[in-house]
Amino acid sequence: MTPSTDIAPPEAARAVSPAPPGGRARTRHVSSWAGLWFVLPFTVLFAVFLVWPMLAGLWTSFTDRSLGRAGSSFVGLANWSEMLGDPAVWQSLWVTLLFTLISTPPLVLIALGMALLTHRVSRLGWFLRFSFFAPFLLPVAVVTLIWTWLYQPGFGMVNGALQAVGLPEVNWLTDKDTVLVAIAITTVWWTVGFNFLLYLAALQGIPAYVYEAAALDGVNPWQRFRHITLPLLHRTTALIVTLQLVASLKLFDQAYLMTAGAGGPDYAARPIIGYIFDSGFTGLRIGYASAISYLLFAVIVVVSLVQFRLFSGKGKSA
Amino acid sequence: MRTEETPLPAPAPAIGRRGFLAGALTAAGIGLAGCGGGIATVGESRTVLRQWNLFTGGDGVRMVEMHDAYQREHPQIDFRPTTYLWGNPFYTKFAMGAAGGRAFDVATLHLSRLRGMGPGTLIDPIPVELLAEYGVTPDTVLPNVWDKCTVDGELYAIPLDTHLVVTYYNREICARAGVLDPQGRLIETDGVEEFLDLLAAVKDVTGGYGVVMDTTGAWRQFWSLYRQLGGEMTFDGDVGIDDDKALQALDFLRRVSEEGLAPSASDAPGTPANFVNGICGLMFAGNWEIATAQAAGMDFGMRPFPGLYGDELGQGDSHALVLPHRRTRDDAAVRAAVEYAAWMLKHSITWAGGGHVPAYLPVTESAEYARLEPQADYRDAAVNVQFDPEAWFSGSAAQLQNEASSLFAGVHNGSTTPERALDAFKRATRKLIETPAPV
Repeated sequence: MTPSTDIAPPEAARAVSPAPPGGRARTRHVSSWAGLWFVLPFTVLFAVFLVWPMLAGLWTSFTDRSLGRAGSSFVGLANWSEMLGDPAVWQSLWVTLLFTLISTPPLVLIALGMALLTHRVSRLGWFLRFSFFAPFLLPVAVVTLIWTWLYQPGFGMVNGALQAVGLPEVNWLTDKDTVLVAIAITTVWWTVGFNFLLYLAALQGIPAYVYEAAALDGVNPWQRFRHITLPLLHRTTALIVTLQLVASLKLFDQAYLMTAGAGGPDYAARPIIGYIFDSGFTGLRIGYASAISYLLFAVIVVVSLVQFRLFSGKGKSA
Repeated sequence: MRTEETPLPAPAPAIGRRGFLAGALTAAGIGLAGCGGGIATVGESRTVLRQWNLFTGGDGVRMVEMHDAYQREHPQIDFRPTTYLWGNPFYTKFAMGAAGGRAFDVATLHLSRLRGMGPGTLIDPIPVELLAEYGVTPDTVLPNVWDKCTVDGELYAIPLDTHLVVTYYNREICARAGVLDPQGRLIETDGVEEFLDLLAAVKDVTGGYGVVMDTTGAWRQFWSLYRQLGGEMTFDGDVGIDDDKALQALDFLRRVSEEGLAPSASDAPGTPANFVNGICGLMFAGNWEIATAQAAGMDFGMRPFPGLYGDELGQGDSHALVLPHRRTRDDAAVRAAVEYAAWMLKHSITWAGGGHVPAYLPVTESAEYARLEPQADYRDAAVNVQFDPEAWFSGSAAQLQNEASSLFAGVHNGSTTPERALDAFKRATRKLIETPAPV
């Protein structure tokens, strides 16, 4: 934004509203009605496509609604009690949490590293920006297709590279100990570009005079990074971590596609959304699947709250 | 709670007048496009026939070829096929569409899913006299397949084909291993040891493995072997399974991988790739992989799944055509649907190109089919195709197969034992039995 546009709105506002004291209330009234019209389209969409499905889903979780039957009847807490005693629910929830734990740190740290790198270079910046962001533009089906072949034992590139340096082959997608890691690596490659872009924008927003002042005080590069860059990126980091946690907790597409919908050996890569899908769409039990969806909803709310408290606590000291 | 100064949000990109108008026009266009489909049919006398199917890839191409011919012969039918992705994406829509009772007129279905998809509630019975009028009667279809189409004495499906797991062999490799007969066919083996010896000979040639099979879809191997042993599976209150036979079947999966005769892990896309790349000389796979091997331009043959514990039985299924339940009666649409199904059966020689064995006997008994190489070499296996056990949760892409495949993959790669895998499978199956049926 240029300074001139920053100054423009107040002047314009003053010019159009030289309202006499008596007419002020009426003007405000009219303008608030106009505002309502502006928010109406969103409010309607929000109510119809978000609030209503959420309430309908909650109601469905108390019924035995099936995809293959017209009617349904109220079953009280039957779905909820079945869910609490269903080991597959907890196993798949654990898969989702484990994936979040192993995918979030690299997705934040690598994005930061790439942003710092790109921010430093002056000539090849466009190339790095393009390279780091390009995978994010690919649809998930393409990404999983590429990586499924890369991970193949016998003729895949990843195992070829391992063997070239004298390491044994790994059955990435068919071994229950490596399948989730393999999916996490693919996810990092695919989505780190988005976090990278957020970090890069934030880095470019740090005024150069702060570094100048620090340089005059004889600060070394590490101190500059530790005490200027990181604190000034704090809000961006909080945003990225929040978005990333929610995105990782919503793991489904790539896990489903890379295990051909089977969830991997011993369901080692079936996230909770995978189990919701299996119950609701393979098993047609929408009522039960709705109950599990609410469990995931609760988990996401709790994780977001915890994360919010952690970061707002740090914000005080910064 | 502490209050924190909220940073001002970045100003939203201004939407200009033109941008807004363009957006509004686009939105209006999308809305109008949605209305188009319904209006176009008003005033036309052609019968609308909406067909839903799950065929993509090679099968999809062949079906489109058949549909083109069907449409040329039936100008009075306004034929509208819709293809959905195989498996869950299709069956979910099938269930919802049929529950609504007015979305489509005829659909493909795996016969193994018939009982789980609500015959009588979601699927209407086939008018048998009408079908006979178009030339399809019980004596024109294999009896084991026709039986599967019948639920409680009513016919609910018209079978198009039989498809099953078979043995593919690379002629060049097998010739060097000395396991072909003078006609260039893979020799028949009897029992496990003979077959493992054959694999060892093939392995010596490839330097890699003898045989490859999809270890992430181990249900096919397991059910073939378990049925060869004469095993039955029932779900009446508890899972009825013969532990000794199941363990024997699973032990073969363990052994063939442990002895290095088959890769301990090979997923669905990797399995045909391993075969066409010559990493192994044999492959256990569904007959529909024929297109992959042909596209690779390799010299290969096919024969039934080997008889390791008895007869050469292989797990399989059948693609059938069904009439979804209708909310309002429409005799013209039902007639068109039945006529279409019968037409597809009679012209299924095209369909046989994809490896499937046509269910309509006049086609498989024709000279034209006998000339199809290598399809004709395993047509006898279709007579003895081993369908999955019957339950609402069994069949292609349903939960029982998913549970088995997820658990048995560990037997192939050695991360679990046959005993532990069987216990886990029985636990998972019990849970499915306890689950109230959704249809």
